[in-house]
Amino acid sequence: MADVTAQRPGPQLQEPRSWRRTKNRIATVLMVLSFVLVIIPLGFVLVSVVAKGASVISWSFLTSSIPVSVAPANEGGIGPAVVGTLEITALATVIAVPLGILGAIYLNEYGGKNILARLIGFMADVMTGVPSIIMGLFIYSLWVLHFGYSGLAGAFALGCLMLPIVIRSTFEMLRLVPSALREGAYALGATKARVTMTVVMPAALGGIVSGALLAVARAAGETAPLLFTILGGLSAVNVNVFSGANIALPILIFSNASSPYTGAQARGWGAALTLIAIAFILMIVARLISARFSRFSR
Amino acid sequence: MEEPEQTVVTHVARPASASRPQEFAPPGEVVFDVKNVSIWYSAFKAVTDVSFNIHEHEVTAFIGSSGSGKTTVLRAFNRMNDLIPGARVDGDMDYRGQALYGNDVSPIAVRRRIGMVFQKPNPFPKSIYDNVAYGPRINGERNKGRLNEIVERSLRRAALWDEVKNRLNTSGLSLSGGQAQRLCIARTIAVEPDVVLMDEPASALDPIATGAIEDLMHELKSQYTIVIVTHNMQQATRVSDRTAFFSVLTDPDSDTRTGVLVEYGRTEQIFEDPHDPRTQAYVTGRVG
Repeated sequence: MADVTAQRPGPQLQEPRSWRRTKNRIATVLMVLSFVLVIIPLGFVLVSVVAKGASVISWSFLTSSIPVSVAPANEGGIGPAVVGTLEITALATVIAVPLGILGAIYLNEYGGKNILARLIGFMADVMTGVPSIIMGLFIYSLWVLHFGYSGLAGAFALGCLMLPIVIRSTFEMLRLVPSALREGAYALGATKARVTMTVVMPAALGGIVSGALLAVARAAGETAPLLFTILGGLSAVNVNVFSGANIALPILIFSNASSPYTGAQARGWGAALTLIAIAFILMIVARLISARFSRFSR
Repeated sequence: MEEPEQTVVTHVARPASASRPQEFAPPGEVVFDVKNVSIWYSAFKAVTDVSFNIHEHEVTAFIGSSGSGKTTVLRAFNRMNDLIPGARVDGDMDYRGQALYGNDVSPIAVRRRIGMVFQKPNPFPKSIYDNVAYGPRINGERNKGRLNEIVERSLRRAALWDEVKNRLNTSGLSLSGGQAQRLCIARTIAVEPDVVLMDEPASALDPIATGAIEDLMHELKSQYTIVIVTHNMQQATRVSDRTAFFSVLTDPDSDTRTGVLVEYGRTEQIFEDPHDPRTQAYVTGRVG
């Protein structure tokens, strides 16, 4: 039996050398190349920030008050800016995330194709493209001119930046929830609010949370909107986020980077590394939370 | 489209095992009374002038080709079509003597009495327990003990309990297709509905799972009224007491297509002695 089949010319299972095969090779090489191209600048940024910033990082650096620019690298720290960044970003999150999620729920679950929903969706998209410095100016003229510099004003500006990102990412997540799930809940006699809160939201929560945290991480690194709203230039912690000038890491990096003193520059690198670390931690938290919430979705 | 009156005959004619004595109401009481119903999706008339009755504690099967309006009529029974913008029902559709589309009728209240199982199993991304407890919970049941009882009873009735009793806390999405569909049936009967609508509940399942679902329908009809849409004619003969045959009517003048009810009667009659030539062509010509 085996001999008979061996003699017969079998089907050709080897891919012939052909143009199709060459195209496949070229495409693969191009993809690897573009990946490398993307990773190079990212790697350089990370390596140079770590190389220049790691030497000054210590617990006292993260907590001490900001010294005068002429102080050597081993004196003082960035405590007030760390506190300011955490306070202001947290406040911006509290303002923008619930608003953005509710807005996206309206857009996807309630608005449908009506005029208001379309208008809001369009405005949110336009807001995504507004440069962050314009947001700063906006809050400056609307709030700071009347009530003065404060962490709250900075939170408003960052919130304005986060809002469209949160709306867009939440909207996309809600759209991914299959309508069969909604129908299943409706068929049991659930009201629209109930379907949204108990079926749609839990199904989309992982994606919504990670989208929101990405917006937070993005806002935490913004400089321009804060220049107009919290002023900066402090050396001590301002715990009161609602009044008085405040300081944040991006502003500190900005002023120290343009300083002629090597001590100030070193502290600037340290602040940059700290900011990246904060963003990194937020990303990890986002991943953990979305894994936690999608426990039942597979 | 005749004989909706012969309800008592139907029950006498069925073997005793197929329809147990009715403790709830006189046998064959009319659950849905459909008169001259047309259903529109915006300007498209999906179903034209349908009239028939659905009887209590029976399985009624809707058969017919795609586009004949079976599912549209089914979804009209628990007002699921309300969710589709532009959907409209003309004519009289009564549920136990009340106009289903009356002004003061809440679709929410309707759906709590008239449940639905869909073509594709759609368990919620929640635990098996929470899937079944979902309906009772939205009806305000908070008592843990009673919920446990409902969950166990519903899963037992859906013939799923033995397979999942040790993993009630795992995701409903971890089940196989047939199990997931039985979970959806358990979820539907957990709210003790009056009617269970099934839209091709076995079309995505293998023959074994299909058999399980069909056995289940036989079990369930002693307590519920079941309406099932199916493309599988053997399935209609196996599970149903009555069959409605829908067909597509094409109007050559306007080139529009619409669904019509061609023939409705006892399942044996529809399959063995169809009165309409279109029914005959469908039940004989395209089987298997």
